[in-house]
Amino acid sequence: MELDTLILSRLQFAANISFHIIFPTITIALGWILLFFKLRFQATGDEKWMDAYRFYVKVFALSFAMGVVSGITMSFQFGTNWPGFMEKVGNIAGPLLAYEVMTAFFLEAVFLGIMLFGARRVPPWLHTLATFLVAFGTTMSAFWILVLNSWMQTPVGFELRDGVVHATDWFAIVFNPSMPYRLVHMLLASGLTASFLIAGLSGLRWLLGDRGADVRATMKTGVMIAALLIPLQIFAGDLHGLNTLEHQPQKVAAMEGNWETRGNVPLLLFAIPDESQRKNHFELKIPSLASIILKHDPAGVVPGLNDFVAEDGTVMHPPVFKVFWSFRVMVGIGMLMLAVSWVAAFALWRQGFDRLTPWVPRALVVMTFSGWFATLAGWYTTEIGRQPWLVSGVLRTAEAVGLVAPVMVFSTLVMYLTIYGLLTLSYMFVLTYLAKKAASGEMAPDDVARAPIQRAIGVQPAE
Amino acid sequence: MDFFGDPTVWLPFTFAALMGVAILVYVVLDGFDLGIGVLFPFVGDDEKDQMISVIGPFWDANETWLVLAIGLLLVAFPTAHGYILTALYLPVAIMLAGLILRGVAFELRAKAPKGQKEQWNRSFYVGSLLTSLSQGFMLGMYIVGLDYTLNHVAFACLTAVCLTAGYAFIGATWLIYKTEHDLQRRAVRFAKFGLLGVIVGFAANSLASPLVSPRIFAKWFTMPEIFYLAPLPILSGALVVLIGITLRQMPHPADRLSWLPFAAASSLFCLAFAGLAYSFYPYVVPDKISIYEAASAPESLFIILLGAMVVMPAIAAYTVLSYVVFRGKARALTYD
Repeated sequence: MELDTLILSRLQFAANISFHIIFPTITIALGWILLFFKLRFQATGDEKWMDAYRFYVKVFALSFAMGVVSGITMSFQFGTNWPGFMEKVGNIAGPLLAYEVMTAFFLEAVFLGIMLFGARRVPPWLHTLATFLVAFGTTMSAFWILVLNSWMQTPVGFELRDGVVHATDWFAIVFNPSMPYRLVHMLLASGLTASFLIAGLSGLRWLLGDRGADVRATMKTGVMIAALLIPLQIFAGDLHGLNTLEHQPQKVAAMEGNWETRGNVPLLLFAIPDESQRKNHFELKIPSLASIILKHDPAGVVPGLNDFVAEDGTVMHPPVFKVFWSFRVMVGIGMLMLAVSWVAAFALWRQGFDRLTPWVPRALVVMTFSGWFATLAGWYTTEIGRQPWLVSGVLRTAEAVGLVAPVMVFSTLVMYLTIYGLLTLSYMFVLTYLAKKAASGEMAPDDVARAPIQRAIGVQPAE
Repeated sequence: MDFFGDPTVWLPFTFAALMGVAILVYVVLDGFDLGIGVLFPFVGDDEKDQMISVIGPFWDANETWLVLAIGLLLVAFPTAHGYILTALYLPVAIMLAGLILRGVAFELRAKAPKGQKEQWNRSFYVGSLLTSLSQGFMLGMYIVGLDYTLNHVAFACLTAVCLTAGYAFIGATWLIYKTEHDLQRRAVRFAKFGLLGVIVGFAANSLASPLVSPRIFAKWFTMPEIFYLAPLPILSGALVVLIGITLRQMPHPADRLSWLPFAAASSLFCLAFAGLAYSFYPYVVPDKISIYEAASAPESLFIILLGAMVVMPAIAAYTVLSYVVFRGKARALTYD
């Protein structure tokens, strides 16, 4: 593979967006869960809910900051590396991004200040309202960005004038065919990511001997949300797949590793798709199951990849190996999520906390960041699955790339990868550290730092 | 005048104005919190926590103005966006690295184990410095028309230092407003140095710009424009004198007028910005692409404008709300 500007820019964009997405995936749902903790406290007066809020608001603040700074990077990358994107489809992408900034970014950023630091400065109702608006803002942000992404997958409501896309029907653009499915799938993914994170950190504190009421409450909350959402997610994912079959059959063909259009297509549990020979090696399959899943009929005809090769041999379907395996990683983690959350929920119900086998918290700890991997694998499936198009049928990825020297892109790519690698490790380390701190009953540096500052600036602690 | 009759005229103009406002608000608001980052190594550990507490509730929203500004460039002038950002590829990447470092360090310095705090303090400083320097460098390159010659790069390096000094200056004035006692005394000293830096920087830039951009020079020093423009430098001079006099009397025992240096510094930024805006109009890429050539389709601009008219007042309102909630001297940051 030659390292030209195109492949380097794609790697850089993939690195940036992968690093970015893992943090909003946490904060979108965690915002609502924080609101839930707060409302439970207001309803019951039980301190454990406030303890839970205090712990996870730190996780939220850290994740939010990571999301904001990596998101700023994204907004510049359009121009630095992909100027052709906005030149061609800017008339549609522009307003959607503008609405995201105007209706979501400011809302969440401004009220985050009040939510984090304003508890003693504003009346309780305003603090709760701020918490709600932050959660609402993150969700609105997800809405707009998924509208744009879905439009790039299934573009409608536009016409071409002088080679430039012009909007003709904004309603059709916003509610494009794949948007509802993708939005629901992503919001559920966020719910699962946040709930497994909470369950995992609670499991860690439990294993470290922290059996406080707040740990029980958060572990139960995490497990219950995960156990409720995962079947919904499997159902929503299936609907999303059927929607993709209708609008982007070549993507589904790659996901299934199916080369020829035919009936009785098997579900491949394992295979090594080989694009040079246009066949799979080492297939392990369940007969007709892909046809049953996709067409609800064993004889159902499923499109094959060979239909998406032009007369002159130009391949117009996505890279098969990557899509095939990303999809399997996502589904595999989803199945694991189902098993772990249901077994954990069952154990919590039958054994209760007092006789809880340590295997439950252990499994939860292992699954702490499982949502990240599933989310990334899912996004790789859908984004690589859209190739060679950047906007399906309208703009090819190769046409949008900017004319920056490869060595420049290479150096910034190395820079970003270094920063992202270090920050991801720091992030995971600090979350673990916060859990350990909480478990050992020590004060977090946040609290320790308070006393001298309060003296220095003449504030009496309000405890 | 059929200015409002032709949407391909008034829409690009409106969006250029909106973008200008967004950049100006960004430079003032993130300017003060970047500047505080730049001043970070010059104070002790306790004071570092106080400095963080004066920007804590705001920095996130402040940076959002950058996203809005770049977003407006992206959506309203897509060709210019591509042109400018590919020309500024490396400084943009360095700025982004700086923004990432400082934003993350902001959180991690308070949450990581105590032994690592020092390291995150340093990241906060380095990130703020890189961001300020690269923004100044980009401003310089933009002024000279985005062509990389030795003279131009030297000029851009000069503006990089000047803008950083400007940010440190406005950061110091924000500290004067939000702190008391030792830190406030120190901030007054920082502000005095910063003001000196701003004067030197402004003079250097004014002397250098006719050498690097004859067009801008011609735009300012012709009859009768020179008379219409005279209020800009005169007002700026008056503000500098006003800030100088105020700083001499600070810190005031009753904390009188502690808001004045920041207000005056912000006004100074506004005047400098107005001067720049005049220099560039009607170009969005200096001397190459005008705002009218680069603009998106009118119907797309119109749909954004509709939203902006509803949403921007709300954003302004809750931004003001947040500054009212956190008014007065900063208190320690606590989550409860």
